Amino acid sequence: MARAGKRGLRRVMASTPVSVVIYLIVMFLIVETALKGAEAMGYNWQWYRIPQYFFEDGDAGIVLGEIPWGLVGTITLSTMAFALAVGIGLLVALLRLSDLIVGRAVARVFLEIVRNIPLLVLLYVFYYVFGPIFGMDRYVASVLCLAVFHGALMSEIFRGGIAAVALGQWEAAKSVGMSTAQIYRYIILPQSVRFMLPPMTSEVVNMIKSSAIVSVIAVVELTTVGRNIISDTYLSFEIWFTIAAVYMALTLIISSFASYLERRYAVTD
Amino acid sequence: MTAAPPIIELCHVDKYFGPFQALTDINFAVRQGERVVVCGPSGSGKSTMIRCINRLEEHDAGTITVDGILLGDDTKDIRAVRQDVGMVFQQFNLFPHLTVLENLTIGPIRVRKMDKAAAEALGRKYLDRVHIPEQADKFPSQLSGGQQQRVAIARSLCMEPKIMLFDEPTSALDPEMISEVLEAMVELANSGMTMVCVTHEMGFARRVADKMVFMEAGRIVETAPPGEFFTAPKSDRARMFLDQILEH
Ligand SMILES: Nc1ncnc2c1ncn2[C@@H]1O[C@H](COP(=O)(O)OP(=O)(O)OP(=O)(O)O)[C@@H](O)[C@H]1O
Ligand SMILES: [Mg+2]
Repeated sequence: MARAGKRGLRRVMASTPVSVVIYLIVMFLIVETALKGAEAMGYNWQWYRIPQYFFEDGDAGIVLGEIPWGLVGTITLSTMAFALAVGIGLLVALLRLSDLIVGRAVARVFLEIVRNIPLLVLLYVFYYVFGPIFGMDRYVASVLCLAVFHGALMSEIFRGGIAAVALGQWEAAKSVGMSTAQIYRYIILPQSVRFMLPPMTSEVVNMIKSSAIVSVIAVVELTTVGRNIISDTYLSFEIWFTIAAVYMALTLIISSFASYLERRYAVTD
Repeated sequence: MTAAPPIIELCHVDKYFGPFQALTDINFAVRQGERVVVCGPSGSGKSTMIRCINRLEEHDAGTITVDGILLGDDTKDIRAVRQDVGMVFQQFNLFPHLTVLENLTIGPIRVRKMDKAAAEALGRKYLDRVHIPEQADKFPSQLSGGQQQRVAIARSLCMEPKIMLFDEPTSALDPEMISEVLEAMVELANSGMTMVCVTHEMGFARRVADKMVFMEAGRIVETAPPGEFFTAPKSDRARMFLDQILEH
């Protein structure tokens, strides 16, 4: 009986209205605490100064302000890094799964090195070590660093997605005489997409968030813009809340696009 | 009565899975146009043997020659053999993300480099041959098991193979669908196709087999024409096996 009671309670707690109420209470408490704390510090809220960082009323009419430009910087950086990371991830995954002993070893070592170094340290290695050696500027170093770091993580997603396709698919494709490359391209990868979409989405979201780290070497993106504005205006609370909201809006849009894709690729077999 | 040269020949083939020996000294030959039925108890190595013929399994000793090509590590040779050898699996293994027609044409288009229109004509011809022309645009999941297996047969035939291998093609089917698949196989046999079938469908074996092969514990225990095999099996093991499955 006690068990059934517990399960009933859990169901009530998991229902949508209850979740919404809990969410609202938690958010209220957080905001309340922040406001109280700020008040106690004698913080002077100046939200009215924020809109000018979105839209500026210049001589040539209304133009985009610093924050949208920072957002464009984040999106550009993340998109380039994502494209490269997918290439790197796929290559490393295929090497890991190949019959080449050297290929497998190289992939394994690459993965272990990259995923056991903090991203910040990796960025310093790319910028301060590889930068001068290969003549990379800060932007190229940032893109490559993010691509290598997330490519390594994505290789595990690719590997899992490929392994999730039934072995019989390989056998059927081999027995019509297809080459390994053809089997991957026409049979295995199209079927792995649905296994890879959910972890890939969280990886993209992680990547957008971790792209903020390049602000430490002053590459122009959302977080850097935030730091710059604050050093001019000291509006730290308003600006950081705003920047956080912009990141959230971006990643939520990406998540909902991904769940649309998931529904589209949900093949029955 | 001139003996045609064998199109498949296994000589002294051994195969291990780790320390376990799955095949021991297999000697086996199939002539062009011959229909061979392989039977034997579960785990006797029937699947392993026929999977060695298109190198889904690698053998560890002995030689396997298929249509004049000696199977080794050469990828080109392996792919050449696979283009000439069709295979039908117990679990159908259709490509679930492709339509029936795309399942049939992907081999001709990607491997034989045929153009799309010609491949589709070929695909429709073989769908007709297995009596399901109306299913061309469906996905495999929308078909019954018997229909799926006939699509799998048609998919293999679209590569216009010289040899067809069947690994228990009716074992995963509901009883009422077995006959439609066997019928397609009988028609294929009557068209003169060289066939090696692992099956326990003894009615089918009686109708089409030229030769019965009985395996046990990784060895070929007995090879005989079906008349002889069913009425007077030489080995006790084969007799026991037949008693068991004919009871059902
Ligand atoms: N990939 C594998 N790894 C290890 N052992 C295997 C593997 N494949 C088959 N075997 C073993 O080899 C032996 C022969 O297997 P095989 O599948 O060829 O038998 P079979 O005659 O086809 O049996 P069934 O009628 O059950 O299909 C069995 O003992 C099986 O356990
Ligand atoms: Mg078997």
